[in-house]
Amino acid sequence: MPESESTNTTLLETRQLECVRDDRLLFRDLSINLSEGEILQVEGANGSGKTSLLRILCGLRLAEAGQVLWQGEDVSDVREDYYASMIYIGHLPCIKGDLTTLENIRSLLDTRSQSAPIEEIDAALTKVGLSGFDDVPSKALSSGQRRRILLAFLLLSKTRLWILDEPLTALDVQGVALVESMLMEHREAGGSAIFTTHHGMQLPCEMSSVTLGVQC
Amino acid sequence: MLKAFYHLLARDLRLAFRSRHELANPLIFFVLVVTLFPLAVSPSAEVLRVMAPGVIWVSALLSVLLSLDRLFKQDYEDGSLDQLMLSPNPLVILVLAKVCAHWLLTGLPLVLVAPLLAMFMYVPDEAIGVLMLSLLLGTPVLSLVGAIGVSLTVAVNRGGVLLSLIILPLYIPILIFGANAVDVASDGMSVRGQMLFLGAVLALALSLAPLATAVALRITASR
Repeated sequence: MPESESTNTTLLETRQLECVRDDRLLFRDLSINLSEGEILQVEGANGSGKTSLLRILCGLRLAEAGQVLWQGEDVSDVREDYYASMIYIGHLPCIKGDLTTLENIRSLLDTRSQSAPIEEIDAALTKVGLSGFDDVPSKALSSGQRRRILLAFLLLSKTRLWILDEPLTALDVQGVALVESMLMEHREAGGSAIFTTHHGMQLPCEMSSVTLGVQC
Repeated sequence: MLKAFYHLLARDLRLAFRSRHELANPLIFFVLVVTLFPLAVSPSAEVLRVMAPGVIWVSALLSVLLSLDRLFKQDYEDGSLDQLMLSPNPLVILVLAKVCAHWLLTGLPLVLVAPLLAMFMYVPDEAIGVLMLSLLLGTPVLSLVGAIGVSLTVAVNRGGVLLSLIILPLYIPILIFGANAVDVASDGMSVRGQMLFLGAVLALALSLAPLATAVALRITASR
């Protein structure tokens, strides 16, 4: 009898991905299967191609060979659909110093054609520990606080798939705990996530992992 | 889709008004260059009247060229460009919004200040309208075509020289027809041909340049 877990549908799938950077083979024949409610950690040393892999999964970077499939279809064919259901947060801040916290969140959501009522934004800001900072220009915030703006954006986007590149960068201990609890809630709501990190992240749940940089 | 266009346009305008010194740069450059000519060459009306169309057009062109860097550089450096590319909206629409914002902030002020400089350079009154119209049709093309070059060079450190090499040849037809229209109008002749040419190039650039820019941006991001 199949377990309830195995009935979960596959969201994102890669087939024989190969990535070469500056004439260096980073990985080859990489096949990943991510189903609904699954959390996947990409591991590997510096320069092993973690960021490249995530950018390939987003369709920002082209793989030398192989395919990325979203619900069984090539992502370049269903780009609109795929981008509406995923969110990528890289290690660059994406935050404009001249805009306030609230304006930054609004403009990030606008880019995705989403909007949120002010109460919801307030609630998200409170959750990430930025309540009272909504009218402060972001250049006056610390880098950890700027990362927290992105966490609020992540909460408000309500997408099924999170792709996070080093989400713990610049965050303090409470921030790390916050990201962990966000991932847990996201998983309970049926969402999936792929992330990379060098910090230890302890999630009280099953977590798959893929390790790059092992010679194949 | 229209909403995404409007929101991005509004964001770029708001950002520009938050750092006003940058906003004034192209305009100040334009005014300075034009005002230096009478000092360096000759203040006599006959000389200036002959040079005026060329001087004003060349200054406008260089002023736009110098401001092009602003179009995508900041978004590239802070990662916002990735978010634009991951938007469910077509990238072409977002590119068009960014180019519109760029033109409103650089091209339009040039058009508005040009009559003042034209009077200063002894351009006959009947040619001032033509100068404004030629700039109104020409400067959006400079922004649109420039965007293609910027999207190709945004990842290159100090890509300014490369950008000029890519873009200047494409700017030359606009410069020739724009300056020629003002020249011809000063002699009291019809400028229908030149204006139709500028209009046609604008229509062409408006329909094709955002597509090329969007593709170039995806190529830049994939490195």
